[in-house]
Amino acid sequence: MEAAAGPNRMKAKELARIVLSKEELFILDVRNESDFNDWKIEGESIETLNIPYFDLLDGVEEAMDRIPAGKNLLVVCAKEGSSKFVAEQLFEAGRTDVHYLEGGMKSWSEHLEPVKIGDLKDGGSLYQFVRIGKGCLSYMAISDGEAAVIDTLRMTDVFAGFAAERGAKIKHTLDTHLHADHISGGRKLAEETGATYWLPPKDAGEVTFSFEKLEEGRDITVGNATIRIQPIYSPGHTIGSTSFIIDDRYLLTGDILFIESIGRPDLAGQAEDWTGDLRETLYKRYRDLPQDLTVLPAHFGKVAELGEGGRVMAKLSDLYRNNPGLNIQDEDAFRRTVTENLPPQPNAYREIRQTNMGKLTPDEAEQREMEIGPNRCAVHDR
Amino acid sequence: MPEIKANQTLDCKGLACPMPIVKTKKAMDQLEAGQVMEVQATDKGSLADIQGWARNTGHQYLGTVEEGNVLKHYLRKSSPNEARDEKKHPHVVSAEELQRKLAAGEKLTVLDVREPAEYAFGRIPGAVSIPLGELASRIHEWNRDDEIHIVCRTGNRSDLACQLLAEKGFTNVKNVEAGMYGWTGPTEKRLSKKGGTQDGGSGRTE
Repeated sequence: MEAAAGPNRMKAKELARIVLSKEELFILDVRNESDFNDWKIEGESIETLNIPYFDLLDGVEEAMDRIPAGKNLLVVCAKEGSSKFVAEQLFEAGRTDVHYLEGGMKSWSEHLEPVKIGDLKDGGSLYQFVRIGKGCLSYMAISDGEAAVIDTLRMTDVFAGFAAERGAKIKHTLDTHLHADHISGGRKLAEETGATYWLPPKDAGEVTFSFEKLEEGRDITVGNATIRIQPIYSPGHTIGSTSFIIDDRYLLTGDILFIESIGRPDLAGQAEDWTGDLRETLYKRYRDLPQDLTVLPAHFGKVAELGEGGRVMAKLSDLYRNNPGLNIQDEDAFRRTVTENLPPQPNAYREIRQTNMGKLTPDEAEQREMEIGPNRCAVHDR
Repeated sequence: MPEIKANQTLDCKGLACPMPIVKTKKAMDQLEAGQVMEVQATDKGSLADIQGWARNTGHQYLGTVEEGNVLKHYLRKSSPNEARDEKKHPHVVSAEELQRKLAAGEKLTVLDVREPAEYAFGRIPGAVSIPLGELASRIHEWNRDDEIHIVCRTGNRSDLACQLLAEKGFTNVKNVEAGMYGWTGPTEKRLSKKGGTQDGGSGRTE
């Protein structure tokens, strides 16, 4: 409990709870305009105002006039210092219900919210880890004391802690593809826990470390041979992109198919070459799969895609009905959609790919800096 | 390679946001109009913030030089009369016309009367640097019938420079309308061996 002698700190976890439970919150974002326009905290019941802190050095009157009274108020900046500076002034000016975000957008970007997707047939569970601030999704399948983590994010201690709490040993870490928008924690988590790290070989031509090859027919088991992770070669976002079917029920699509969009083929510099692969995967390979599979992607684009409790999931048949990226019948129109007028590329995506290949070894602060901003892996992300 | 001269240097190394901007604001309040401040900071976020602050306050962000971990930001305090519309020197030349003349190899002098720090971050190739404040004492460097085109950021300081030279009997002096702001031709910069330079743009802050 904090005394009311100043503004209160709010942790990213509490902010995540507010966003997911759709509680009303007014956010005063005091970063500069370009950072704000690039990337901000979003939520259905979140209202946001951007006034850079450097416009508030002479007083907060201007801001006070524009913040509705009686609403829960959170001040946000990049790291924390400026939001605390502004929140203290707001407090002195009479806003006693003001908070500032501990660790700023940095913490928000790194916060992971674990949610349970469902039980597995022969016991065990599948969990999704929602990185709300950046739109990344990871998965952990646990069965009979063993766990596999798919598309592990850089915050490996979260996964290690989660498995330990459930008495499970992490045996496998798998990446659906070589990521371009965030730094994979797959190899690090495998090293820390003695697990095996799996990568699609066609994405791993330049990597500097050893790994197991994800190939069709090489099923991976977790627990007492209960969960079968079945790799399906599904190129398009990258040439090696591989999907997984877990327990004959869940289809983990990586960055090939999202809930409201489809993957972009240009982040490894070969948009034209991979467009055909992407179309083949989306319009043929996935078509031939059982349509009652539950699709679990590696990203979401907008908070509207977050379902109950933050879950991001949908039936494959529903996506064939509703996802615009699966409903472009003309091949030429499809090619244009995935190669022209794409959103800006993710921040530092070239350096991130090099890091995921083991060619660059940035320290934690540098990794954080590289990952700033939204993921922008889908063709419709704006 | 011209040196970037600053009237004051402010040490914000090791300070985290918001302190570099808080200190910069206080120091700029003490500075005289037209003077240049160098702000040394290690916080990477200070780059975008100092640009934003300058844009919103009307001070001129000149550019940033990176040396190791230190970012050196250069700012020029704008003077209130820069935007004032007063008596004008009657002979002007457009940026396009000057560009054409230079391309045709005409024998003329381009005189840049901005501060050396502004000059360092982007100038018309071959331009000679004499800040407005030093012009009166260096007037003897030219003949009264030399063709001289004078440029600054927006055309105001160069207008004053034209008037000064005209008073001293110079007969072939022209003001480059809209200054570097309107210049779309080639520019050259201070060459930096270590670290890079970041261009502050052509000064669209007024």
